[in-house]
Amino acid sequence: MFDDDTSPARRDFLRKSLTLIPVVTLASAGLPGTSFAQTPASDAAQGAQPVTPAVPGDYKPTFFTPQEWAFLIAACDRLIPSDHVGPGAVELGVPEFLDRHMQTPYANGGIWYMQGPFLEAAPEFGYQGRLNLRETLRIGIKAMDDSCKSTFSGKVFAELSHPQQEELLKAAESGKLALQDISSKLFFTNLLNEVRNGYFADPSHGGNKNMGAWKMIGYPGMRADYMDWVTVRDKPYPLPPVDLAGRRG
Amino acid sequence: MATAKPKVDAVIVGMGWTGAILAKELTDAGLHVVVLERGADRDTQPDFAYPKVVDELEGSVHRRYLQSLSQETVTARHGLNGTAVPYRQMGSFKPGTGVGGAGSHWSGCHFRALPEDFKLRSNVEQRYGAKFIPSDMSIQDFPVSYEDLEPHFDHFEYVCGTSGKAGVIQGVKQAGGNPFEGSRSREFPLGPNPNYLGAEMFYKGAREMGWDPYPIPASNASGPYVNPYGCQMGPCNACGFCSDYGCLNYSKASPNISILPVLRQRKNFELRTHAQVLKVNLDSDGKKATGVTYLDAQGREVEQQADLVLLCAFSLYNVHLMLLSGIGKPYDPQTGEGTVGRNYSYQNLNRVVLFFNKDVQANQFIGIGGAGTTMDNLNGNQLDNAKAGFVGGGIIWARQPGAGPVRGINVPPGTPNWGTAWKQAASDAFRHSFYFEVQGACMSYKQHYLSLDPTYKDGFGRPLLRMTFDWHDNEVKASQFLVGKAMEMSKILNPTAMSGDAKKPGEHYNITKYQSTHTCGGAIMGSDPKTSALNRYLQSWDVHNVFAIGANAFPQNNGYNPTGMVGALAYWSAKAIREQYLKNPGPLVQA
Repeated sequence: MFDDDTSPARRDFLRKSLTLIPVVTLASAGLPGTSFAQTPASDAAQGAQPVTPAVPGDYKPTFFTPQEWAFLIAACDRLIPSDHVGPGAVELGVPEFLDRHMQTPYANGGIWYMQGPFLEAAPEFGYQGRLNLRETLRIGIKAMDDSCKSTFSGKVFAELSHPQQEELLKAAESGKLALQDISSKLFFTNLLNEVRNGYFADPSHGGNKNMGAWKMIGYPGMRADYMDWVTVRDKPYPLPPVDLAGRRG
Repeated sequence: MATAKPKVDAVIVGMGWTGAILAKELTDAGLHVVVLERGADRDTQPDFAYPKVVDELEGSVHRRYLQSLSQETVTARHGLNGTAVPYRQMGSFKPGTGVGGAGSHWSGCHFRALPEDFKLRSNVEQRYGAKFIPSDMSIQDFPVSYEDLEPHFDHFEYVCGTSGKAGVIQGVKQAGGNPFEGSRSREFPLGPNPNYLGAEMFYKGAREMGWDPYPIPASNASGPYVNPYGCQMGPCNACGFCSDYGCLNYSKASPNISILPVLRQRKNFELRTHAQVLKVNLDSDGKKATGVTYLDAQGREVEQQADLVLLCAFSLYNVHLMLLSGIGKPYDPQTGEGTVGRNYSYQNLNRVVLFFNKDVQANQFIGIGGAGTTMDNLNGNQLDNAKAGFVGGGIIWARQPGAGPVRGINVPPGTPNWGTAWKQAASDAFRHSFYFEVQGACMSYKQHYLSLDPTYKDGFGRPLLRMTFDWHDNEVKASQFLVGKAMEMSKILNPTAMSGDAKKPGEHYNITKYQSTHTCGGAIMGSDPKTSALNRYLQSWDVHNVFAIGANAFPQNNGYNPTGMVGALAYWSAKAIREQYLKNPGPLVQA
């Protein structure tokens, strides 16, 4: 792991992971009021090695392979980290959302026009290739990991430090990261969209456990009845969210 | 071989607003009417029932209530020399499918065009001279007047329980309404909906700008209502699921709740769903339609013969069917000859987002689809176009159809797209921001048109419709002018941050980004068969028993949402069919 096992960074990391893990467990047990004082910035400053956050529950992926799953957990943890603002994507079950969502007709291109020919076109015309969403993510994950292995002496994305992961995601976001088989920008855009979808969609889809993302932003969820609050100006909307299953947050 | 069904009086393609209106009017007249709808049957129960309907992932990502693009879509290109590529994923516009069509997932904005919008070219020429109109701009006068349509605007508003405040009734100005509107025969059926914060602040900003704000006419019921057909609406509960969604509460007018409850009881009305119309069949000399051929749910070809064929399939698909069926001559942008596909236009939509501190409760999750505040001071004859430097105007509005986080959270300019900074910005903004929009007119041009694509096919083997469209300098100037005014007004309200998306010179039409489903033109109404596909009753000049009813008939688009006008034109056309055509089938206007 660390080059110098006695480094303050390692001691700090161990201390933090010890405090981190029980909190995640609590969150998955549905207890309210979890938040983290730790920020990614402090991680970066200390050069901490990544810890794999716990995916809540005992969900086992059926679409993604173990290597893809490790990538997704690491990427979710960077894109929407656990921090002082609110819960992270991993603790809210976004990897589970992704695994389940990939098995829907939507991820198979069900509502997209998928016929060729597949011509190059200006970005204003949108994606013109032949990959559906699940292929885009699967091919993108492999391409990212392959790129990591060649750059970081055999390590895959999930094994890199948080700052290294963030640099790679930024390079993919801008399209500057050259990947085999796929545009890094296309992969990143689809991945980020999906991570956000999972983070904010109703918990029945697998993410947003205990409506954690809705609580963070103050979204009342599926209440869908605000007749008495349209003209209220002097106080915040008071009710917590409810989800499609009728649970209260 | 197609199976033949017994001949009926009228076959209608599409069960959206125009199909429902025509079916109602023609069954009233005693005709046996068959409606062929490509999608599924849909009704409030069970399809739009709470809580299933408010699932954002299903509604706004899987697009459960919209048309799938897998079987039918369009191709697009920016200019005559480009190669069009398919509209593969839903973005710029969102056509509907199924019973209710786009009329089930609209927001509810329900405007009338201004009297001067009906005579745009002659009005512009009179005010600024013919040279003020760019040489490639092909705008035309409507062949009907505001006065012709007034009874039909009125009737459609009463069918929809439109909630608003009249500005002019029988020539007399009314406080609180739009002082610049065409005269109405009476007040709206329901008063305006309540104002959420953005709509309230719009009043303050607009008045300080010297404008005349008024409530957006919205077909989202502000109170209990029974329409002239006996169909009931319940007061809108501001649920925030309008655009993209069917209404869970019988509050948003739709074909499903406003007209179909009557139609479904009628013995001379038959609705066939999962019936994909492939083409209109013509007789041997191509002068008369004999009916349509469609695929049923099992994929069998069926021929439905009819005396009358009414295309009510959404603007783009009406044009598609005309081109596929050989109704009228396809438009050629090189020679200017032909009319079908001519004068495609769109909507010039732009947004300004205002961000506030946490003590400002904008609560944008609350939504009443069409409701809000707008003003007409930069629209129609109120705008000095010579000074502004472009043809056409537009409106600025505060409208809040309801926002949820899957539909996207606006964050201040410069915010990263992920990580802690994004989380912080999204959390700060979600309940404390709102937006104003600029809805600009969109002119028509010689080079913007619809045609059949030479390469791409739909799921039934037919050529896709091809759209040739881009932003013209005129619309870029309009966007900059109107967004500039909207931002000037927004500054009065002291937001902590603000973003505006005025179009830049040379900016191309981006089909990936949702703007508006107001696709207009392509089979326009006019007084000259050389420059229009339809006469003033929306009857094909070339095949007299075919009528194409929808926004395809607009020679260009104005600054308003089209549904009010589309409904009025449908009633206008139905009246002509009932009172003139049925007595003496043939061209209602001599070419």
